[in-house]
Amino acid sequence: MSDAKPDDGLISINIDGQEVRCQPGANIIEVAASIGIEIPHYCYHPKLSVSGNCRMCLVQLGLPGKDRATGQPMLNADGTPIIQWFPGPAIACGTKASPGMHIRTDSDMVKQCREGVTEFLLLNHPLDCPICDQAGECRLQEFSAEHGRGYSRFTEEKNVKPKRTVLGPRVMLDDERCILCSRCIRFCREIAKDDVLGFTDRGSYTTLTCYPGRQLENNYSLNTVDICPVGALTSRDFRFKMRVWFLKPTPSIDTETSVGCNTEVWSREGKIYRITPRRNDEVNDTWMPDSGRELYKQVEAENRLKQAAVAGQPASIEEALAAASKNLADGPVAIVGSGRCSVEEQYLLKKLADALGAASRQLVSRIGEGDGLLVSADRNPNVRGALLTGLIDDLPKQRLDDLAARIDAGEVRTIFAVNEDLTAAGLSAEQLAKATIVYLGTHANATSEAAAVVLPGLTVFEKSGTFVNQQFRLQKFHRAVPGVPGARDDLFLLGSLLANATGSQAPTVVASVWEAMAAEIGPFKGLSFAAIPDTGVLVDGSAFAGLPFVEGKSLHYEPAGMEAAATS
Amino acid sequence: MPVKVVERKPLTLAERTYLPQILSGLRITFRNMFKPKVTVEYPEERPPIPPGYRGVPTLVKDPDGREKCVSCQLCEFVCPPKAIRITPGEIPEDSEYAHVEKAPQEFEINMLRCIYCGLCQEVCPEEAIWLQNIYSVTGTSREELVNNKAKLYELGGTLADKHFKWEKKRRAAERGNAH
Repeated sequence: MSDAKPDDGLISINIDGQEVRCQPGANIIEVAASIGIEIPHYCYHPKLSVSGNCRMCLVQLGLPGKDRATGQPMLNADGTPIIQWFPGPAIACGTKASPGMHIRTDSDMVKQCREGVTEFLLLNHPLDCPICDQAGECRLQEFSAEHGRGYSRFTEEKNVKPKRTVLGPRVMLDDERCILCSRCIRFCREIAKDDVLGFTDRGSYTTLTCYPGRQLENNYSLNTVDICPVGALTSRDFRFKMRVWFLKPTPSIDTETSVGCNTEVWSREGKIYRITPRRNDEVNDTWMPDSGRELYKQVEAENRLKQAAVAGQPASIEEALAAASKNLADGPVAIVGSGRCSVEEQYLLKKLADALGAASRQLVSRIGEGDGLLVSADRNPNVRGALLTGLIDDLPKQRLDDLAARIDAGEVRTIFAVNEDLTAAGLSAEQLAKATIVYLGTHANATSEAAAVVLPGLTVFEKSGTFVNQQFRLQKFHRAVPGVPGARDDLFLLGSLLANATGSQAPTVVASVWEAMAAEIGPFKGLSFAAIPDTGVLVDGSAFAGLPFVEGKSLHYEPAGMEAAATS
Repeated sequence: MPVKVVERKPLTLAERTYLPQILSGLRITFRNMFKPKVTVEYPEERPPIPPGYRGVPTLVKDPDGREKCVSCQLCEFVCPPKAIRITPGEIPEDSEYAHVEKAPQEFEINMLRCIYCGLCQEVCPEEAIWLQNIYSVTGTSREELVNNKAKLYELGGTLADKHFKWEKKRRAAERGNAH
């Protein structure tokens, strides 16, 4: 205590004999976690309010004693302060750090508390682990093994509660497993702003219930399944599909909007079973929208392109690439890129457009309605990547009317479409028939049917790369499963086309594309794919500050215009 | 290379006559002629299988005819040679056993991979998988040697249940303490 303290506004507290410096008022569970001490808890969640009802995080608190008469600190013979421990335990989640505070997380009293709390939580808990989807990632399972007594003294009949309550279109409730931590209730109230859940009845009759006539059906309902510390809330999509210990998580990005929620893709043996959010305090905290969790179904979709084709006939990739290069050399060429392509693909596409002297380079914009949380108005995940790589220099439009006019005027003979359906973007079948189309994409559509050459590419789950989200945050996604047989990595296809067009070598893997991009693109200077942290890195997007981006305010994002409006 | 010459001892008289060796050999032969037989005339005659023998793994039903497996996939996880493959499934709500909620849609044990270690039986929380006394597995194709769910139940049959865990649960639900 006598050490000279740096004036950084931090205070010193003592956890199990270790001195820790932390912010005044910091949460004890978080401070303990920062030095590797786990205080078990169920109801506490770092992104929700503290309710303090599970009682699992009980610890012993103490303060350095002061002599009542003199006000002087009471000291031991060796000069250390005498700690006066509080007679009863206190919950760590509801305790804020204050100067000189002492905390014991491993005393006999704390151990007895945890054992007692665990015993009470398990009184009426069913022995469901073999059929429970949460088994393997269940806090109750883990803490019962760690802090429980190992056998039951309960000889009475357990409570019987409904086991298959449908709470909403995506969430199912098993009432017997619920430990009444209220995380889901607080999530709906505080984050989703859709206050439909609540407890009814008292004592052991307490039940999690939906408001009569309502359903848990907001676009964030599956987050309650993620934060449920037990198996009470389960996803109806993932229910009974696979045990979690078989699944391998791969860091990825939600591609449905420009928010770029960080996700984890859980797969086993090349099959994806679920998508869950990955914590990133700068982007999505620990949440993600339900709509983004179903995107994995596109991998095994019926209309997936699995075979390269030339003039409607199946061909090998090499034949298709040769035919595509021949068609693209027959200009003038229009390039239609996609805001769903990765930065690397957009960069190679830009290089290809330069090499071909493309007459037109466009993206197709997708505008929806933002919900102010984690779904933004721009439904393309990577429009800003196309701006940074120089593929486009203005915001894309929803319809390719400009391209249509050029086709009608005979100014465009060949169209290279990457992952975009030209018909959906406003071109008519007659216009498509007037031009030679080379299509690189993942799924069959009207454009792929009209195309002279079809190159099958990979979905975001089958390749690695980066996206730039609405904050100009560069974020990585990794390959979770191998590509479907027959399809090839988009980077390989684009790199091969670029090599054919220029007659020299071109990069075809993420790392080598990044070498070229870091050398050429100012905001990417000094970056490499391996060096980008999993939580992303902000790049300089000030050059595009004047563009009228469509996104409104969302979690951790303020549109530039609104900031200016707020300050003026 | 150094060479060590080993001195070869000349044979004794007894060794040269060869009689003691023949007699000691015949002693063993005659002794075994009058002992009880230890071999069996396989395959017409089958050896007795001791209790606890680890033969072919099978799935069993409880005396009520309910399939005991709830497809928790612990055996699939623990299986060292990865011989087990389970497709989990849900028991429909109109089923008699709806309260068990989960049962395997498909359950395959590849007998070309199985090493008869018995870990699946040991790990099973429902006592649904048992290594029983079948020890001779033959087939003419690889597919034939992958036991599917129907085959596994045919081999396993019914086994006495000590716990009736799910039946107790159903009775508790019917009797009350309902919340």
